[in-house]
This record gives sequence, structure tokens and C-alpha cells, in this order.
Amino acid sequence: MGRSDMKSLCNGNMLGWGALILAFALVPVLMTSQYQLNVACNVLIWALFATSFNMLWGVTGMLSFGQALYYGVGGYAIGLTVTYLGSQWYFAAFAAGLLFTLVLSFLLGLLVIRVGGVYYTMLTLAFGQLAWQIMFKLYDFTGGDDGLQGITLPGLLANKVYYYYFVMILVLLAVWVLKRMAYSPFGLILRGVRQNPNRVRFLGRRVRRNQLRVYIVASLFATVAGALMAGVDGSVHTDMFFWTTSGEVILMSVLGGISHFFGPFCGAVVIILIEDIVGAHTEYWSLLIGSIIMVMVIGFPRGLVGGALDVAAKVRATLQGAKHDDTTLTAGLGK
Amino acid sequence: MTPLLQLDSVNKAFGGLKVTQHLSFSVFPGEIAAIIGPNGAGKTTLFNQITGHLLPDSGRILFKGEDLVGLTTQAIVKKGLGRAFQVASIFPEETVLDNIRLAALANLDHTRRFWRPSAEHRQATEAAVAILASLGLEEQGGRLAFELSHGDQKLLDIGIALALQPTLLLLDEPTAGMSPEERQRTRRLIGEIRREYDLTLVFIEHDMDMVFDIAHTVRVLQQGALLAEGTPAEIQSNEEVVKAYLGEEL
Ligand SMILES: Nc1ncnc2c1ncn2[C@@H]1O[C@H](COP(=O)(O)OP(=O)(O)OP(=O)(O)O)[C@@H](O)[C@H]1O
Ligand SMILES: [Mg+2]
Repeated sequence: MGRSDMKSLCNGNMLGWGALILAFALVPVLMTSQYQLNVACNVLIWALFATSFNMLWGVTGMLSFGQALYYGVGGYAIGLTVTYLGSQWYFAAFAAGLLFTLVLSFLLGLLVIRVGGVYYTMLTLAFGQLAWQIMFKLYDFTGGDDGLQGITLPGLLANKVYYYYFVMILVLLAVWVLKRMAYSPFGLILRGVRQNPNRVRFLGRRVRRNQLRVYIVASLFATVAGALMAGVDGSVHTDMFFWTTSGEVILMSVLGGISHFFGPFCGAVVIILIEDIVGAHTEYWSLLIGSIIMVMVIGFPRGLVGGALDVAAKVRATLQGAKHDDTTLTAGLGK
Repeated sequence: MTPLLQLDSVNKAFGGLKVTQHLSFSVFPGEIAAIIGPNGAGKTTLFNQITGHLLPDSGRILFKGEDLVGLTTQAIVKKGLGRAFQVASIFPEETVLDNIRLAALANLDHTRRFWRPSAEHRQATEAAVAILASLGLEEQGGRLAFELSHGDQKLLDIGIALALQPTLLLLDEPTAGMSPEERQRTRRLIGEIRREYDLTLVFIEHDMDMVFDIAHTVRVLQQGALLAEGTPAEIQSNEEVVKAYLGEEL
């Protein structure tokens, strides 16, 4: 890659991040209702959750059906702490949730990565459901099916607009960190683990060790997402642990495109907005959402981002004649 | 001189099928050793035992005087043993440059680094670019590995192995499936990289022109056992070998 290419790539990067920050920063200015702010928070948080999940699946090839577990841990770390100890413990709860996930994902990770492929997926699902059962059964402590309500946030965070910006900054920071990771040597070896684990061993690297590392990383960021969700409408619910929550991030990733870093992010934005718009107008919303998503997946088999890049490449190719340029069209995250 | 690689009565069977039988031989530093033999003779299986993919039933495999039997592939690689595979073992969805850069990063023990983009790791990138140049793949650096021709994928596989700076390189049929021109080029390249990277080579090959052109020593395997061992000239005039194997080839 030449110097000028490198420079234009960096500029493109800066431009992209600038646009992203600006777009989300303007939300509270343009949309003043509390409801709209909540939707925007949902968009951001699910985008982070889906992006972290895709480090496992799209990047490393580990299809987990149990990331809801760590998302739930984040939510309940905040919910339980604030409910029982008060909102002054909010930030400590955040840290405690992360610490809990660090230990839990390390221990469960040791177990689940021993088995490969579909067994891994099943095992992650089983642990997720187990956690859901436990939260469900411990009614006196966790509120069971009713969840926990009235979670108040400390200081400025109690203000909805401030809380939105808090969520925005944390989510964009986290996504930025994950992106750095995806394009770093660590990200490269994770992609190697997906594409050819045997060769990775023959680079003198341990496949399982790297799978464990990314499992912990993805779980920590899922916990951040869950913790942020607890503050959006001041409540948490056992649904956070339920398998459909894990399923939803898989859906977002497929829809947006798992081979692109921002695919799951875009998938999350689209799904949350569709749910919001369609859900407001018809009671058959789940049916409608299903159909819309099915059409999108069939129309863009490489995801919305993959499809958009294909279209962009075609347009550029016709504009430039036959001179081809494949810098935006890499299948992996390899650029 | 002590041998770099020494096999000492290695045995391996898959059920009733004996794939390695009392195999003993030594390869010395700087040597280019060829292993030939009919399909199914146990050549690849022998490589798999040397590199820790398979455990021999008995015997020792000494590398720099240390027994490799029982070590993991990762540990064996770190001792300086490189390998290219019969079917090119590459990272298909990465660029050609990234394939080798990943190996170079692994060699530098930099694959835990998670902040700076891999493209900005200068040492690994320079090593990768140098290897691409020695393999004549510098034009292909930006392409995705799966888009390469079959022959270039085999070269890329060798490039990945080279990035680990091995002292001993095992090549499993480096010219298999190549066109005659690609074979010529690969034969020349292998000689060049051996000199450039100061390697000892053990290669499996069915192309006898290549074997008799570049090998210093030849071992003939048949049903897992050593049928003959010697210089190319000795092997070419060995009646047993000609009858059992070369007859059909020549
Ligand atoms: N894991 C295994 N389990 C059972 N049998 C095996 C296994 N691996 C190889 N074999 C058998 O061992 C024999 C030797 O195989 P190997 O791949 O070593 O042959 P080769 O000499 O490399 O042949 P070729 O020239 O075709 O590559 C073959 O009969 C093969 O079918
Ligand atoms: Mg073979």
C-alpha cells in the first residue's frame, strides 16, 4: 500500500468517526422527547453488544449463543447494587460487574472452548439459560420475572440528556477500542484462528489461548452494554439473560454483515429502528419484522454493509471504466 | 558433525496398517534431503510425526539433539522447525502480505499486541516484504490469498514458514499440481531461499527432475520402511529402487 493510499485511508477513518460522533451527538438536539432519547440509547447499546459479539463470531469464528449471560450480569450488577445499596455505589457496581464477568468468562471460557463447533454453541446456550433460570428462581433477591424497577442514577446521570451523552461516549469509546483490536496483531491472529487453526498452531501460537482471550474481551464489553441498559429506563428484567437476547445479537450481526467491523453495528441500528417504527403502528410487529429481515438477508447475503460496499464498488467501477480498485472490497476485516 | 535431525527407529501404525517401520536416518546441517516413494508410502505421515501432529508408537525423533516426541506442535515450531504443507495451508481471506506478516508477528511474539494496527508494526512488515520479494510475490501482496494461483498459494505457504525463521524446513511436495514453468521457477527459488535463509531442507517430491537436480541425499520409502538411502546417483542406479518405484516414473 502506497503512502497516499495510507493517508486517504486515515482521512477516511477520521471522516467516518467524525460523522458518527456528530450524528449521535445531535440526537438530543433534534429529538427532544424522552421516548426518542431512550430509543437512541437502545440503538447505541445494542450496537456495542452486537459489535462485541462479532469479535467472537465474525472475527474468530466462535458462534456463541450465550452472550446474554454477560449482558445480564452487567444489568443486574447495576440493578442489584443500586436497589440494595443505593445509587452512590453506581460506579463501583459497574466495576464489580466487569470484575465478575472477568472471572466468570475466564472459568466458563476454559470449559466451553474445550469443545468445538456446534457443541461450543450449545454449551454457551446452556450456560446462558442456566443463568436465566437462577435469576428467575431467586425471586426474593432478584425480583424474578418482575425484574427490578426504580434504579436511580447518581448525580448528573439522573438527567436523561446527560445520561444519553454518557452512554454515547462510553459506547463509541468501546467500539473504537474494539476496532483497534480487530485491526491489531491480536485481531489478525483471531482471524487466523477462524480461517486455519492448524496453521496458527504451526505459527507456534495456541489456538485455545487466543479463543479464551477473545471470549473474555467480548464478554466484558457485553457487560458494559448490559450495565448501560440498566440506566436507560431505570429497570432490569430477567429477559436480559434469556436466549432470545443472544439470538437478537446474532440476527443483528447477520443482517449487518459479519465480515465487516461495522456490520453488526449497522444491523443493530436497523433492527432497533424497525422494531420501534413498526412496533408503534401494528400489533403484528414481530411478524412484520421477521418478514422485513428475511427480505433483507435474502437481498444482501453479505449483510447490509457488504451489500452497500458492493454497490459502491460497482458504481465506482462504471465511473472509472475498467480500472479496478479493491481496497474497500476485502472479504475479511483485513484492511 | 552432529545431525540436525535424527530419526531413531521410529514406528507408527494405524490399526493394522504400518505407516512407519523402523525408520532411522540423519539429516545434517545444510543438507538438502529428498524423500520419495509411491502414494501412500507414509511420507506425509512421517512429517506429521516430526511436527507433533501425530505421536509415533515408538522411537525417537531428535532435533538439535533434543527428542521432539511428545512435544506440542507449538513447542516444536519454536525450536526452529518450519513446514509447508502438501495442500497449501494459508489464511485464504487475508491479503498475501498479511499472511506472512501474521507469521512474522508470531515469530516476534507480538500477537498479543492489541492496539497498534498490524500494518504499523514495522519490523514484522519489513520481514514480510523481504520474504515476498524472495518468493517473487511482491506484486501480489495486496491480493487476497484465495485469489492466487495454485502454484503461488504453495509459495505463500513456504513464505509463512520462512517468516518463522526456521533452521530446518520441511516441504511436502512443493511443486505438486504446478505447471512445468512454475516447477522450474519453484525449483530455482527453493535453491535460492535455502542459501539466503541458511536452511536445511527435507522435501517430499514426486517430480524426479527436481529430486535429482537439487537434492544432496535421497531416501526412498516403501510401505513406511526405508527401501534405500544415498546420493541421487546411487539411488538412480539402485536396481531395487528402479524396480519398485522409479521404473514407473522414468
Ligand atoms: N490419520 C490416519 N488414519 C488412518 N490412516 C491414515 C491416516 N493418515 C494417513 N493414513 C494412511 O497412511 C498411509 C500413508 O499416508 P501418507 O499420507 O503418509 O502417504 P504419502 O506417502 O504422503 O502419500 P502421497 O504421496 O499420496 O502424499 C495411507 O495409506 C493413508 O491412507
Ligand atoms: Mg503425502
